Amino acid sequence: MSVTDVDLSAFDTPGKGRGLLDVFRRRYLLRLLVRKGTATRYRNSVLGWTWSYVKPGVQFFVYFFIIGIVLNAHRDVQYFPVYLFSGLILVNFFNEAFGNATTAIVENRALVRKIYLPRELFPVSAIIVALIHFLPQAAILLVIVVILGWVPTLTSVAIAFAGLALMATFALGLGMMFGAVNVRFRDAQNFVEIIRMVAIWSTPTIYTWGLMRDVLPEWAFNIYFSNPLAIGVEMYHEAFWAPIIDGTAAWPPHALWNIVAASTLALVTVVVGQLMFRHFERTFAQDL
Amino acid sequence: MSDPALPSIIVDDVTKHFLKRRTHSLKEAFVTWAKRKPVRADRFIALDGVSFSVPEGEAVAVLGLNGSGKSTTLKLISGVLEPDEGHVYTRGRVAGLIEVGAGFHPDLSGRENVYLNAAILGMNRQQIEERFDDIVEFSEIGDHIDQEVKHYSSGMFMRLAFSVAIHVDLDILLVDEVLSVGDAPFRAKCEKKIAELTAEGVTMLVVSHSLGMVQKLCTRGIVLHQGKKVFDGPISEAVARIK
Repeated sequence: MSVTDVDLSAFDTPGKGRGLLDVFRRRYLLRLLVRKGTATRYRNSVLGWTWSYVKPGVQFFVYFFIIGIVLNAHRDVQYFPVYLFSGLILVNFFNEAFGNATTAIVENRALVRKIYLPRELFPVSAIIVALIHFLPQAAILLVIVVILGWVPTLTSVAIAFAGLALMATFALGLGMMFGAVNVRFRDAQNFVEIIRMVAIWSTPTIYTWGLMRDVLPEWAFNIYFSNPLAIGVEMYHEAFWAPIIDGTAAWPPHALWNIVAASTLALVTVVVGQLMFRHFERTFAQDL
Repeated sequence: MSDPALPSIIVDDVTKHFLKRRTHSLKEAFVTWAKRKPVRADRFIALDGVSFSVPEGEAVAVLGLNGSGKSTTLKLISGVLEPDEGHVYTRGRVAGLIEVGAGFHPDLSGRENVYLNAAILGMNRQQIEERFDDIVEFSEIGDHIDQEVKHYSSGMFMRLAFSVAIHVDLDILLVDEVLSVGDAPFRAKCEKKIAELTAEGVTMLVVSHSLGMVQKLCTRGIVLHQGKKVFDGPISEAVARIK
């Protein structure tokens, strides 16, 4: 038999999906996968979701004590705890989303090897689980800044959402890239650990960008702030911290351009991530 | 499924290699590359130029010894693997009883697992809600449905997993060695259910070592030997060749 005798228009080619677009067509499954991720995360632990507060809490107090009190940032930066916390939760969201997305395929190997489904579902659901994790931390931040006199404005809320969307996009793109490579080379996982370790230092979370400008030449400073993480943290400072301090906190000199560059970079990582994912996906089932 | 003259599955000159990997890290890959040895390791041919097509409503057994490429064939048709050469085409919804229970999570309850796995197999919310009672009834799980699956016996686990898989809407059913599920009465029930599906016009591809069972379920047999198709014809002759 030859295929040329048959009208192939009625046929499908198994295993050929439409990538991220398929995720939107399988929304119900995505929802169940997210629910599975949140429901099983702290199974068999006594404190359960409390760990989600303990870990960032400890991290916060360590930075606050060392940077704020020992190194005296407290004196130079008004409401330093708010400055620190607003950036910290965003970096933590990125780190968790990126880390989860990277290991998403390997962790779901039982499914990936046996049943075909759009594999992009796994990194996407990992990002959404991280987002759900982020929300209570954001709630704490909101309570604190409202007590300190923060009044939501259209601008500040829009900036906060934009910053979060920027982080999620960047984490998804990188997560698909490294997650796909990770199936064949588990080195990717370790490499991602390094990126996550460096992440917080690449942003003005525990220092102010003024200090960075003092040491970097102008071109390098612009590259520094074209990092979605760095400009994202600064967006969070502008959204939550700047409105409550006396006087104004200046945006970095080319903030708008930095945001454009960072957004472009995040979108490019999603496109490249999707392409890499499609390339490696062909052998997922046999490499796992 | 409008045109019964069209086949349901076309496997056209398909070749599938597997790589026996020598390198498992970038460092190893680099060292191997530096020594000018092939990085991508030895090739092992799982399927070698296999072609066949299955008309709508036919039940076909794929037979062969271990390592002959049976399961690979099924995985190519389900889309889990992609052929290196040649093409696979399917018409209609494909569902596999391939390692049922792959999507089950031990820490979730039976109920949650039914929803999750039915969705994995392609059902939408409304369909799952409509069929939920049927699924539970068929599995004979009863009140245990709200227990965590890790407390199930292996028989209960397989019954529930099988029950979910069998209630999915499908036009093509792939069966891989799962009919060793549960005790004899449940097995009989499964075989009956599969026979019903065939009667409804579902196309079926079965991989099994149980020759008695495939003779009951299938009319046609394809024999694979070391990745090549060596026989394609009536099931009784195919079974005779294996023996």
